[in-house]
Amino acid sequence: MRIDVVETAEAPRRSFAGLEVIGISKTFGAVRALNDVTLRIEPGTVHALVGENGAGKSTLGKIIAGVIQPDQGQVAIGGRTVSMRSPRDALVHGIATIEQEISLVPGLAVQDNVFLGAEPHACGLVRRRELRRRWQMISDESGFRLDGFQQVSSLRLGEQQQVEILRALSRRADLIVMDEPTAALTEQEAHVLHRTIRSVVARGATVLIVTHFLKEVLALADTVTVLRDGKHVRTGPASAETEASLIQAMLGRDLSTVFPEKRPAPATAPVVLGGENIVAPGVRGVSVEVRAGEILGLAGLEGSGRAELARALFGQLKMSSGKLFIGGEPVRRPSPRRALAHGLSMVPASRRDDGLFLTRPIVENVSISSLADVSRLGVVRRRAETQRIAEVLSTLDVPPDRQRRPVSTLSGGNQQKVLFARAFMRRPLALIANEPTRGVDIGAKTAIYGLLHGLAEQGVGILLISSEREELIGLSHRVLVMCRGEVSAELVGDEIREDRILTAALTNTQEAESDSAWRGAGQPHPSLRNTIRRDGE
Amino acid sequence: MLRGLRRSGILIPFIILFIALAISSKPFATKVNLLNLLDQQSALLVIACAGTLVFVAGGLDLSVGAVYALSAVVAARLAQHGDIGLALLVGVLVGVLVGLLNGVIVAIFEINPLIATLSMSFVVSGIASLITSGDSITLYHRSAYGDLARTQIFSVTSATWLTLLVACLLGAALWATSFGRHIYAVGGNINAARLAGLRVTQIRVATFAISGGAAAFGGLIDSSRVLSAQATNGGDTLTFTVIAGIVVGGTSMLGGEGAVWRSVLGILFLALIGNGYNLLGLDPLYQQVTLGVLILLAVAVEGFGRIAERWNIRSWRRRPAPQVAT
Repeated sequence: MRIDVVETAEAPRRSFAGLEVIGISKTFGAVRALNDVTLRIEPGTVHALVGENGAGKSTLGKIIAGVIQPDQGQVAIGGRTVSMRSPRDALVHGIATIEQEISLVPGLAVQDNVFLGAEPHACGLVRRRELRRRWQMISDESGFRLDGFQQVSSLRLGEQQQVEILRALSRRADLIVMDEPTAALTEQEAHVLHRTIRSVVARGATVLIVTHFLKEVLALADTVTVLRDGKHVRTGPASAETEASLIQAMLGRDLSTVFPEKRPAPATAPVVLGGENIVAPGVRGVSVEVRAGEILGLAGLEGSGRAELARALFGQLKMSSGKLFIGGEPVRRPSPRRALAHGLSMVPASRRDDGLFLTRPIVENVSISSLADVSRLGVVRRRAETQRIAEVLSTLDVPPDRQRRPVSTLSGGNQQKVLFARAFMRRPLALIANEPTRGVDIGAKTAIYGLLHGLAEQGVGILLISSEREELIGLSHRVLVMCRGEVSAELVGDEIREDRILTAALTNTQEAESDSAWRGAGQPHPSLRNTIRRDGE
Repeated sequence: MLRGLRRSGILIPFIILFIALAISSKPFATKVNLLNLLDQQSALLVIACAGTLVFVAGGLDLSVGAVYALSAVVAARLAQHGDIGLALLVGVLVGVLVGLLNGVIVAIFEINPLIATLSMSFVVSGIASLITSGDSITLYHRSAYGDLARTQIFSVTSATWLTLLVACLLGAALWATSFGRHIYAVGGNINAARLAGLRVTQIRVATFAISGGAAAFGGLIDSSRVLSAQATNGGDTLTFTVIAGIVVGGTSMLGGEGAVWRSVLGILFLALIGNGYNLLGLDPLYQQVTLGVLILLAVAVEGFGRIAERWNIRSWRRRPAPQVAT
C-alpha cells in the first residue's frame, strides 16, 4: 500500500473523533496490570497518563499503540471498535508510537528517515525530487527547523525526536503515543520537545504521553489520567491538578513527609572525600570537600560538569591535574578499584549501562565488589555470602528470598537498591550517589531518600548528584552549584532554594548564549550519551 | 516452559539421544565403546572447557586449532631427542604464551577478538609448518611420550583422567571462585565490572591464557595418543567443533552466561551423533547436515529464551521498533 503524503500535507486531516478505551483488563501471569479501565482521549489534545511504576500506564499505552492486546475490553475510534494486533495495525487506524529509544537510521539523512519505507517511487527507483517536495511540505507544516539533508547521527536527541514526530505525521497519524519522551533529555531539550508537541497539537494532531514527570504533565497536558494499581483513578483537566494532588492520586495517600528532617553534620567532622583543583574533561579546576555525615548536593544543568566531576572523583574519568583524598589519604592515579579500596563507593547514574549484571542473580550483583570478604583462598563461601546479603537486603526492604533470581526480574526501584546494597557491603567512608532516583517510582524514591539520610546519620559522607532540584533541596546539607565546569556557588542552610540554585547554575551564562551554545554543539553532550539508554519502566 | 528448556538446555536432548542410541544399537552402550568415545574426545573436551571461560568473559578464541597443532609439533620435536617432561612443559607454555598474546591484543589494544584470534591462528599455523617443514614428526622410537595419554589407570586411559581433572578444575574455577564471578561480570557488563572495582583487563587476558594453555594441552594429549605430530592437525575443523560444542551446550555467545558442564555435554552430544551414525551404519553424508541443524536449534532456543524473558519483564523499550506501514 502506498500512502499519498501530499494529500495529508495539503488537504485537511481526515477527522479524528477521539479514541475510547472501554473496560480494558490485562493480566500478566499473576499480575493484574490493568483492571477495567475506561477513558476517552479527546481529539486535538495532549493527554497524559501518569502513575507509579506498575500502575499500568505503560501497559495501557502499549495497548493503545497496538503493541499488546487486552484480555478484555475494547479500543474504539470515533465510536467504532477497532482491533489492533500490531503497531502496524494501529498505524492503519492513525495511531503512531514514538518509543523512548530513538529508532532512526543514523547514517541516513533526515528526510530519508522521515520517508523510510514509504518513499515515493517509480519503477523501483526513489523519486528524489518528489521526496524533497513532500519533505518541504511536511517540514513547513510542522514548523520544525530541520535540515532535510543533514545526517541523523549529527542531530541532538531533541531534534531526533522531531524527526520521529515528522515520520509519524507523514504516515497520517492522528494520535501519537509517546512513552517517556523526555526521560533522556536535558531540560532545554525537553522544552524544545514540549514546544514541538504543542505545535503538532495546534495543527490538529492528538498526543498521548506516558510519563513520570509531574511538572511536565502540568506544563504540557490538557487532560491527565491517573492510574493506580491497574485501576483508573480519575481523568480530568490538567489545569485542575497540582503536583501534590497528582501525587496523592497516584499513591492514594498524602506525601507530605517525603524528605526526612535534615541533621547537618558538625563542621568539625573529618573530611572523608576531598578533591583539590580537579581538572578533567568538562571540569575546570574544582575543589570539593565532603565531611563525614554530610550530604553534599551537586547541582547544575546537564553539561555543567557535575557528572564529570563525580566520575573524576571515582577514577572513572581521568583527571589531568588535581589531587584526590579519600578518608584523609591521598589517592595516587585514581581508578574505580583504588577508589573502592580507599573507602569510596559509587551508585552510577545508569543502572543498566554501568551498574547491573542483568542476567546474573541478585546475590552476585550485590557481592561482586566484596567477594574477598566472603571467600577463602579465592573460593566463594556461598553460605556466608547468602547470609551477609540477606542481612544487607533486609535493611533495604528488598525481598531477600529472591536472592537467586536474576536481577532483571526486579522493579527499577529494587534494582537501584541492589546497587546501594553493593555499596553498603563495602562499608564505605564516602558514597557518590549519581542520580539515585532516576526512573524509579515515588514509593521507591521515598525509600532511597530514607537510605541516604540513614547513611549520613551513620557518618558516611555523601555526594549527591541529581537533576531533580527538589531532591537536592530536600536532602542536601550543603549544595555546590556548577556551571561550565566550575563551581559558581556554595549554598548552605536557608540559601538552598530553587531560585538560588537556578541563578547560580546560569551564572556566567546569559539565556541566549546558553541557548546558542547548546544548539551549536551538534552532538549530544558526552555525559548525556550514558543517560540516553536508561531504564524504560 | 521455554525458560526451563533453556536452563536445563542440553541435558534433556543429551539423555534422550543417549537412550535412543542405547536402544537402537547393541554395541553402543558397552564399556569399550563409551570409554573409547571419551578417550577420543579428550582434547576437544579440554579445549572446550577452557573456551567456555573465554565465551563467558565475552570473548572468542579462534586460534585454538592452530595452537593445538603448534604445541604438539614443538613438544614432539623436542621429545625426539630431549627430555620428554621438559618437552611437554614447553608445549603447554607455548600455548599459554600465544593465549597471553591474544589476551593482550584483545583486552589492551581492544581489537575485536574474532579478528585478533583469527589472525593469530594464521601466524601460529605458519610457525608450526615452519617447524615441521611440512612433514609429520614421528615418535615411535620414544614410546614414553605416549604415557601422557595412553597409561591405563583402572582400565581407563590417562587422557580421560586428565580431561576429567581439567574439566573439574575449570568448572570449579568458574562456578565457585571469585575469579569465576569476575569472569561472569566482565562478560555480562564490562562497564559495570570496571566500576565495581574489578581488574577487567587482567581477567580477560587470563581467560585467553587459559584457553591457549588448554589448546596446547589438548594438542599434547592427541600427539601422545598417536605418537606423532603434524602442523596440519587440528586447525579450523577443531576450532569450529569446539565452538559448536560450547554453543550447543548453551553457553551464550554474548558473554555473561554459561557453564563448563554445558560444554562437556555439548561436545559429547556432537560425539554421540558421530558415533551413532557409525554404529547404525547411516550415510555419514547426513551427519554434517544433522550437526548444522542441531547447532542452529541450540542457538534458536537461546534466542527464543531471550524473547520470552523480554516478555516476562515487560520492558517496553527493548521491543523491536514497530514496523512502519508502507
